[in-house]
Amino acid sequence: MSFNQSFFAARFGITERDLESYLSEALSAGGDYADLYFEYLATSSIGIDEEIVKSATEGVTMGVGVRVLAGERTGYAYSDDLSPEKIRKAARVAALIAKGPASVVKSGFEQSQQHNLYPMLHAPNEMGLQERVDLVKRADLAARAYDPRVFQVQATYADSLRNVLVATSDGRLSFDRQPMARMSVMVLARQGEGSPQHGYSGGGGRVTLDFFLNEKTPEHFAREAARQAMVQLDAGDAPAGEMPVVLGAGWPGILLHEAVGHGLEADFNRKGTSAFSGRIGQEVASPLCTVIDDGTIGSRRGSLNVDDEGMPTQKNVLIENGVLRGYLQDKLSSRLMKTASSGSGRRESYQHIPMPRMTNTYMLAGDSDPADIVRSVSKGLYCATFSGGQVDITSGNFVFSATESYLIEDGKITRPVRGASLIGNGPEALKYVSMVGHDLKLDEGIGTCGKEGQSVPVGVGIPTVKIDRLTVGGTAA
Amino acid sequence: MSPTQEMTLEQIAADAIQQAVAGGASGAECTISEGEEFSVGVRMREIESLKEAGSRGAGIRVLIGEPGAQRGGSSYTSDLSPEGIQKMVKAALELAKITSVDPFTGLPEPAELGKLEGDLRLYDEAIEHMTTEWKIDQALRAEKAALDFDPRIQLSEGASFDSHVGRRVFANSLGFVGSYKTSSCSLSVVPVAKQDGAMERDYWHTTARSAAGLESPESIGRIAAERALRRLNAKKVATQKVPVIFEPRTARQFLGDIFDAVNGSSIYRHASFLAGKLGEKIACDTLTVVDDATIPGLFGTTPFDDEGAPSRRTVVIERGVLKSYLLNSYSARKLNLKTTGNASRGITGNAGIGPGNFFIEAGALSPEQIIAGVPNGLYVTELIGGGGNTVTGDYSSGAAGLWIENGKLTYPVSEITIAGNMQQMLQQIDQVGSDLEFRGAVAAPTILIREMTVSGQ
Repeated sequence: MSFNQSFFAARFGITERDLESYLSEALSAGGDYADLYFEYLATSSIGIDEEIVKSATEGVTMGVGVRVLAGERTGYAYSDDLSPEKIRKAARVAALIAKGPASVVKSGFEQSQQHNLYPMLHAPNEMGLQERVDLVKRADLAARAYDPRVFQVQATYADSLRNVLVATSDGRLSFDRQPMARMSVMVLARQGEGSPQHGYSGGGGRVTLDFFLNEKTPEHFAREAARQAMVQLDAGDAPAGEMPVVLGAGWPGILLHEAVGHGLEADFNRKGTSAFSGRIGQEVASPLCTVIDDGTIGSRRGSLNVDDEGMPTQKNVLIENGVLRGYLQDKLSSRLMKTASSGSGRRESYQHIPMPRMTNTYMLAGDSDPADIVRSVSKGLYCATFSGGQVDITSGNFVFSATESYLIEDGKITRPVRGASLIGNGPEALKYVSMVGHDLKLDEGIGTCGKEGQSVPVGVGIPTVKIDRLTVGGTAA
Repeated sequence: MSPTQEMTLEQIAADAIQQAVAGGASGAECTISEGEEFSVGVRMREIESLKEAGSRGAGIRVLIGEPGAQRGGSSYTSDLSPEGIQKMVKAALELAKITSVDPFTGLPEPAELGKLEGDLRLYDEAIEHMTTEWKIDQALRAEKAALDFDPRIQLSEGASFDSHVGRRVFANSLGFVGSYKTSSCSLSVVPVAKQDGAMERDYWHTTARSAAGLESPESIGRIAAERALRRLNAKKVATQKVPVIFEPRTARQFLGDIFDAVNGSSIYRHASFLAGKLGEKIACDTLTVVDDATIPGLFGTTPFDDEGAPSRRTVVIERGVLKSYLLNSYSARKLNLKTTGNASRGITGNAGIGPGNFFIEAGALSPEQIIAGVPNGLYVTELIGGGGNTVTGDYSSGAAGLWIENGKLTYPVSEITIAGNMQQMLQQIDQVGSDLEFRGAVAAPTILIREMTVSGQ
């Protein structure tokens, strides 16, 4: 597509000359680099609760963010008004970070090479409202039909389409149309007079409504949520203390996101505040572990054709056979560390300064049979599903919270136990990985990662993995 | 912001309501919010980032059908031009046609609407006069105080000074129109302490409606430095059941989980371990929990909630007895109760439920006296990941802190978890400290819980 046919040119009449003049304004007091991030985001969501379609919301936000880099300094301003005066004003505010004579903006733009990871059959706004209603109604029915002990169901379908345009003072121009859709189902079940229990499932990706008609149906998510609630009805107290832990394939990959992913973001390493700082080339995991961050997987929630700084995303090797290979780089950190961007610059919206972030983070498959992995544990915990996690990148301590887990006794998965947090230390935990399954699975597409107040969609994945030692935070000492 | 602009935003809201009614809505509510943010970050004694900008947004929720059999639709836009507003109203009306009739949906009763009069001190004009240089200097001074505090602090993730000025307008088709301005500023610093190859960070911050309410940058820097230093050389303790003391920063997080459990939406869905327990003794006599959105100058204070009901004081737990849930008009109708004025939403959609100033009333003992009473236990200074399960009350979280021996804080501990069940934890709050401070809308003093499982080695 040529620039003139692109969204912001066609809809708002923005020309390449306009972009050049805004960038010149941004560099009017000097600075090394400036960029513009235009965003137009249309969202819709619909929700069913207590068998009633209670909510339906649509909305539009738009704006432009202007950034100026001067050495280690960043100046940033934005406007939700795309008129030339307002953009110029934002550029002048961002320019305040630099003090000196104007820097030159490269004349003329070159369009970024980019992937085509999420072609759309129909844009979200071409799909009828009734089709969305049907999705949540189907989820509600399927969850209730799963078991008579199910007494509450909430299901939500949400989609969005984000149009972005990035123009940089070094002459790079990129634009992208980024779809996102997600279904989630929450179920409560109760047995007799016992305490209600909760089950949750969801998924999606850079897809549109068709995905939920043809690939992962509302029934799929509804049954999974109901199944989890049923498991919890029979759950006993979770154990406490250090023990071997087997992580099931898929969503438990959140381990990698918390234990190593954040600690490898270049901003922390440039500043020396990460537990992984200065450790490139060192062994930080067992030789069985190869960890990848890949923004180029088709239709995945964490994927992008270009990152939010206009750079094509990449498949980045973070840990190779246990050895730390690289950091996740954005433009600022890669400039200062004298290396290349890894296509990892992301931001929540035009109101936010980009920073290095993960995309889809996963561990490559190993050789072990998942059944053998469980058989090798005499007493431990098997974790099938997690709800989330957090990390202190400086000490390296991380937590992730299991929502579906079972005791392993004498090599067999036995009783389900209640939710519990697991805690470990990033640079240490993966050294205890002693078996890696051949069953790599990516998650269903529900993850959102928070960093310094900014949320971005991400994916994770892992094969079945055995960690010889991890602290489990239950109550049964 | 000049008064004429305020008229304009209120006029936009009123016009949107009028358009909705003209388009067939039997009820409508419109929220407009406007804000300007400023942020400066410094790191290693240099400016790192400067950010300054403003934005606006409008949202509408419309209802169609007869009261008692209404259905709703919502939309929002950042385009406040007449065309933008027109599109927004039209979208909401279209969406209302596809939702279901809900006998409990609707606007509050006209008699339930209103606003607190008088100056709630939510906005201090002084904030407009703080210069950029002064803000940068505050951040530099806070970081300097941390870096100069101890030779083991050579590194910092930086310090930042943030300020925000905003205005919120709400109108509905029952004739309610209200607006208020807010201001806030905050200063925070994150030093990193290093010793023998181990690194620990911590933070401290101060926040207020304007500069006059802030603590000095030097004290923020010093406290942050002390906090980072005392974490160095942490041990991992053995798994055991012991008394656990939450300092105010972590007690506040625990109280956030209690808020979720008294949230009316969780109650009517039976998704809370406190559902059906109104009037019952659910906690120790020592515990009184209040939600009060009327206290001038605090961060959870507003003249009216996000559906136009006046803010008020609600005693939620009184000496251990559950006295009230926190409700908006929808959850109140579901439970056959009255709204407590806790409706909360962004700018669009059905109202949710949020806290005013939600806090544990201070007790008599100082934190030192509470610690002195514990022969062997954990003093929790940080919670990481996890938390409470509102449905079952199960509680499990990563933690770091200091070990208590013979009534004294001794060595730091980390890479541990604490677990229990919130039903028991509430019954076992044996002590509540005198050190209540409001650093946000949810606030708590030091609390002692008789026994939790600490999981370590």
